[in-house]
Order: sequence, then structure tokens, then C-alpha cells
Amino acid sequence: MNQKRKIRVLVAKPGLDGHDRGARIIARAYRDAGFEVVYSGLHQTPEEVVRAAIQEDVDMIGLSSLAGAHMYLFPRVIELLQENGADNIVVCGGGIFPEDDIFKLKKAGIKELFTPGTPLDEVVKWVEENVNPRGS
Amino acid sequence: MGIAEKIISGDIRSVARLIRDIDDNVLGAREVLKDLYPSTGKAYVVGITGAPGVGKSTLVDQMVTHLRGAGKTVGVLAVDPTSPFSGGAILGDRVRMQRHSMDEGVFIRSMATRGYFGGITQSTRSAIDVLDAMGKDCIIVETVGVGQDEIDIVQSAHTTIIVLVPGMGDDVQALKAGILEIGDIFVINKADREGADRTVNDIRLMIEMDEKRYKDGWKPPILTAQAVFDKGVKEILDEIDKHRKHLQSSAQIQPLRKYEKARNDLSEMIKDKIIHDVLDEIIQSGEFEKSLQLIVKGEIDPYTACDTIVSKKLKPGTK
Repeated sequence: MNQKRKIRVLVAKPGLDGHDRGARIIARAYRDAGFEVVYSGLHQTPEEVVRAAIQEDVDMIGLSSLAGAHMYLFPRVIELLQENGADNIVVCGGGIFPEDDIFKLKKAGIKELFTPGTPLDEVVKWVEENVNPRGS
Repeated sequence: MGIAEKIISGDIRSVARLIRDIDDNVLGAREVLKDLYPSTGKAYVVGITGAPGVGKSTLVDQMVTHLRGAGKTVGVLAVDPTSPFSGGAILGDRVRMQRHSMDEGVFIRSMATRGYFGGITQSTRSAIDVLDAMGKDCIIVETVGVGQDEIDIVQSAHTTIIVLVPGMGDDVQALKAGILEIGDIFVINKADREGADRTVNDIRLMIEMDEKRYKDGWKPPILTAQAVFDKGVKEILDEIDKHRKHLQSSAQIQPLRKYEKARNDLSEMIKDKIIHDVLDEIIQSGEFEKSLQLIVKGEIDPYTACDTIVSKKLKPGTK
């Protein structure tokens, strides 16, 4: 009677960035791929993102940032996940990032970063290949 | 510490994970629920239902603020629909409740219907038990945006609130036979819009005409609100309180409701289990596929095929 677990994802926009069109399109693509997508809206602190992720028991957090504050916000999310014993949750990011930052962010624990122009199929495929719904 | 003890002590991560396991139908979850059951029955459960876009999430958000102000801890289960095509879902109710995300006394969980049609999810009943066991004083269940007939919430909630907006006109007539019969409290939200008075009157007329509904002494009040401005929300909570007292005051209502709830819970559970266990087995058997082929070829009708399969399954040995 075990049905297949569904991938649960939180799409979040940390910081003061108000551009959520990209995040919504990504959320929609995830939905169409059969994931359950929790969308938590704009202007979230890293603390809020992590709390929502834990309460919703998601497998992955997709962070969107177009405003340049990713070097603080993204690693902070990783830190808080670790502090809360929830570092099994995969974190990826989407937005505008300089090459250098991508390298540093990956080092900080962001598993992948997607920049403008990435086809939606690729973004979805990455999740399917890198995120395992819990326990499977 | 076992999972059940962790949940009873309020461990958020354990609660979140168990609800996921229930949703995903993981076998072990059932055992934990058995352990939790003795710790349930303390929370007051309020159901909020209504059509999409009437302001359910906004109302829930405001209610949470008021309840927190009164020192109550709150659990929220917010249901959104699953896509019938991809099986995916966008769960967006949190957007309206963001400001409570840092509050330790509030637990919010989004759930997807996953093809279940009652306005809630198959797992909602159990998820309520989990939040109850973790010690939340009040649990608010926000149904998926409903039309006419999705009334399962009434079986799980002590108080059911129907949220409507002005200008639904003829729709109100159409709603008559289903959802409007289950309301303990009616809220006309967005009451600054034209036609609010008329909507109030329509509902009032409907309630007045339906006398047997309130033979137990509770006549559903009709309130107006503008949830987004926090107008009328306190009054809604006052009515919930009155309804709660009404339920508690009557020596007859409580045992009857308890019996009805137990009856419904148990029959639903048996149904779920049978569907899962038996249907899975039947579908995976060769017989199912064979019958399908015969039906497609026109050699057998589906009624006969169904009767044959089911009678074989349920009464082994007979044909």
C-alpha cells in the first residue's frame, strides 16, 4: 500500500527583492512536473524560510534572488538548516549571480545555481535527479 | 524518545514529518497515530470553507492573530488543490499567513488534495489528531476553495464557518442543498462590496426556512466582515466561542456528536483501508487486466466483470 512519495518543494524569495515572476514560473514548472510546491511569498527572512521549510517538511528549498543580497541570504539559510538539524533539505538558487559568487555559494552548501536563460526542463530535471523524497 | 513522545512534547520536526508520512501513506505512520490517540481530543477544531477567493486564508490569518492575543496556541491546516493532470500542486495559503511564521505558538501546514474530493484531504483527519496531540489549543482547517458539495470538514470540525462574498446572486440559490446546510456560522466577507445586505438577507431567508436544522438550539448567526482590514473578525471569534459553549452545555449534543464523529471516522478509515489494500491487489492481479481486454473487445460488459472480480475477492472459494 506504499504509494510513491511526492517531492515537496518550498519556493521562497528571501530579502527585499520584489520580483517574483521568475519564482512563480519555476513554481508552476515544478507543479507541472508533479511536485507539491509550497510558495511562501515575498520578503522572507532566512529564518522564516527555514521555519516554513521545516513545518512543511519539504525535500528542497528553491531560493530566488535578483537583488544582489544572495551572498548573505543564501549561506544563512544553509546555516539555519544545520542549526535546526534539517540539513538533509537540498537548497538550490535561481537568479542573477556573478561567476565568483556561484563558486562561493556552492562551497557554502548551495547545491546548484540557475541563471537566466536556463530552460525550465533543465531546472525540473535537476530536481528529479538530485532530490529524493524522504525515505526513498 | 519515541516519535509519539516527541510529538506530544511539541517537537516541530517530528510533527511535520509524521504529517508527511500520513500524506504519503507510510505504514509506520499508523502505529504512531495509535500511540498519539490517547493524547487527542483536547483541541477545539474550527473549519473554514467557501468558494475560491472569498478570503478564507486572510480570515484565518486574522483569526490566528486574535487567538494568539488571547494566549491560545494555534495549528493551521490549509488545503489547496492537486492538479489532476500532473499530480503536482501549488500550495499558496502561507502567503497570507507569513507574519505568523516566526511565532512558536503557531504551526502552519499546507496540504494538497491529492485527488480527494471532500474539500479536505484524506489525511486531514489524522493531521488534526497530530496537531491536537502536540498540544495546540485551537486547530483551524481551511478547506480547498469549494463549490457545493464538499462538506467533509463538518465531520472533523466542532464549528464550521462558511465564508461567502456579496454578488454571488443566483449561486446562492444553487448552493442551497449542499454546503449551506453545514454552516454553524456564516460570514459575508468583503462586506464593503455592493450587495452585501442582499447576501445577508438571502442567507437569513434560507436559515429561517430550514427550521429542523436548529432544533438543537443553535441558529447559525450571519456576520459581515472585511477580513483584510480585520473588521468583524473579533465578532466571528466571539460566535465561535458561543457555539463552543452551546455544544458543551447540552447534555445531549455532545455524546451524539461524539458518536457521529466516531462512526464517520471509523467507516472512512475502513473504506480507505479496503480501497488501498483490496483495490491495489485487484489491480495488480492478472484478472483485472484480462477483464479490461475483454471489455475493450466488447466480449463482456463492465458490470459483469466487476461483479465477478469483486465476488471472487470478497468471498474466496465462490465463483
